Amino acid sequence: MSTSPISDKDRIFTNLYGFQPWNLDAARKRGDWDNTKKLLELGPDTIIDIMKNSGLRGRGGAGFPTGMKWSFMPKEPKPGRPNFLVINADESEPGSCKDREIIRHDPHKLIEGALVAGFAMRARAAYIYIRGEFIYEAKVLFAAVEEAYAAGLLGKNAAGSGYDFDVFVHRGAGAYICGEETAMLESLEGKKGQPRLKPPFPAGAGLYGCPTTVNNVESISVSPTILRRGADWFKSFGRENNHGTKLFQISGHVNTPCVVEETMGISFKELIEKHAGGIRGGWDNLLAVIPGGSSVPMVPAAQIMDAPMDFDGLKGVGSGLGTAAVIVMDKSTDIVRAISRLSYFYKHESCGQCTPCREGTGWMWRVMERLRTGDADISEIDMLQQVTKQVEGHTICALGDAAAWPIQGLIRHFRPEMERRINEAKGAPMQEAAE
Amino acid sequence: MADAPQIPDEADVRARWGNFAWTPENAEQAAKIIARYPEGRQQSASMPLLDLAQRQVGAQTNTQGWLPVPVIEFVASQLGLAYMRVYEVATFYTMYNLTPVGKFHVQVCGTTPCMLRGSDDVLAACKARGLSKGHTTADGLFTLNEVECLGACTNAPMVQINDDNFEDLSYDSTLALLDALAAGKPVKIGPQIDRQTSCPEGGPTVLKEMVTENHDYRGEWQ
Repeated sequence: MSTSPISDKDRIFTNLYGFQPWNLDAARKRGDWDNTKKLLELGPDTIIDIMKNSGLRGRGGAGFPTGMKWSFMPKEPKPGRPNFLVINADESEPGSCKDREIIRHDPHKLIEGALVAGFAMRARAAYIYIRGEFIYEAKVLFAAVEEAYAAGLLGKNAAGSGYDFDVFVHRGAGAYICGEETAMLESLEGKKGQPRLKPPFPAGAGLYGCPTTVNNVESISVSPTILRRGADWFKSFGRENNHGTKLFQISGHVNTPCVVEETMGISFKELIEKHAGGIRGGWDNLLAVIPGGSSVPMVPAAQIMDAPMDFDGLKGVGSGLGTAAVIVMDKSTDIVRAISRLSYFYKHESCGQCTPCREGTGWMWRVMERLRTGDADISEIDMLQQVTKQVEGHTICALGDAAAWPIQGLIRHFRPEMERRINEAKGAPMQEAAE
Repeated sequence: MADAPQIPDEADVRARWGNFAWTPENAEQAAKIIARYPEGRQQSASMPLLDLAQRQVGAQTNTQGWLPVPVIEFVASQLGLAYMRVYEVATFYTMYNLTPVGKFHVQVCGTTPCMLRGSDDVLAACKARGLSKGHTTADGLFTLNEVECLGACTNAPMVQINDDNFEDLSYDSTLALLDALAAGKPVKIGPQIDRQTSCPEGGPTVLKEMVTENHDYRGEWQ
């Protein structure tokens, strides 16, 4: 196991930047759809075992072991109640932009993965739910699916395997909440995207009441390569329980923002130095980092520097890997505004179903806006903290938690800055000016 | 939740859109869409059909389209659904326009990753050209909205105009973009700086072979 940077031969998404065409012909030359029939001949149980042994954890944010998720599906679907695979391409988490690159530049990795995963979980079809704003990406995906049908890789006797499998693309229409798996199923059924109560879990009753597994685009897209190169290959990257390669999306105040595939567990500093050209204004200018998309708490500069970029490493600094969307903020950042803007995002995206979230997100945003300008009382910081605790864990889905955590992270690490603004707005003498 | 919609005056709208029906091409497309979903599950098609209807309205008005109430009723009748089932979908998702928009729907991403890279400048440029949030310009050309994260964060700040993304913007390049659109001149889609998609500016740090050839790395696997 290693967390040193990987070499190009171990990168899965070789056409990540779209220097080459996405089409079937070009994808085949890069190794996709290479004797997929042989992969399916391993049989569903062996495929699931390989996925389990590879140590792949879901790439959509929660990090649930992918192979285990597949194994929850009924082994013998009942007539009239087929299994479904739903692929989550509703990439809307602020900071995240990896599934977009897979879909527009390497769509056949996703479609081949859909067949392999669908076969392993005995699904009769896969629905790929792509966010509505990915208009060009959806065009590419529709065209790539059509190519795969025309080449006999999907449909009856898919890829010559004797297995019948369909892939359909469904476009969303602008709702962050549809990235939550049960909201996605509601939306696929043509309804408002409001999360369902669990249980029943989707593996028991999901899409149209049938057993369903929802997986992220990246988790599905890496599966054919894992089967080709073996579980041990994938497992050789990263640290215990945090294996494999991962698409990192580096945005914010770095010199060259980019998406890049690296090993899990690479240190923050190495990731930024090697691929993002360092921090704007140098390392001393780093203020804080949101390492996994807007829903995870921020980490101050000193703690993030040497943190391993994986699930456990970031948990260790009070945050999380999420989707590996690394939002970097330098010292020019208005940190309260940065978080307040996220609060507005959650207010806008709350589906309105649960009262603590519907009312709480708006309330938190309004208080955050007053804290941004300093038009507040010091005691309101504690009140805000308390309200985040009343939203967190009191809603059907995790959007309430996601709205609470960034604010909690801000209060934990930047409380003095929040107090400074309040004191300044009140015209109270500053500590620095006291002498 | 999106802010409460302002539904335009019913009588005018009904006079204009009461006879809405698919064009022959869209009727064909609608049938194709419905066939994607299992028998008896045609409700699943409500979202794609609303999108199709909005695009048809757009084509018929030379704008980006919107969903007048009679059009939503038409979609519901196509699927054998109660009007309310489709109406609640149309009001839930932000991409369905419940009021008319202009020829160019300018959607500036204002969420934190774009904010950090200067979405304020993009909005300021829009303002300098007479656009204001939530409104359509008097000439009917531009409608401006600030939207939530559009998933192009490594190319921030960015704007989606109609079906295209314009990325890595600055105050000046936003002005140039708006001016070109207003003048009907061709525009460059994607990054507005010298950059390939989400690759680092100045060239890739990895997979350099791919720049010039469709390299097959399998020969280097062990």
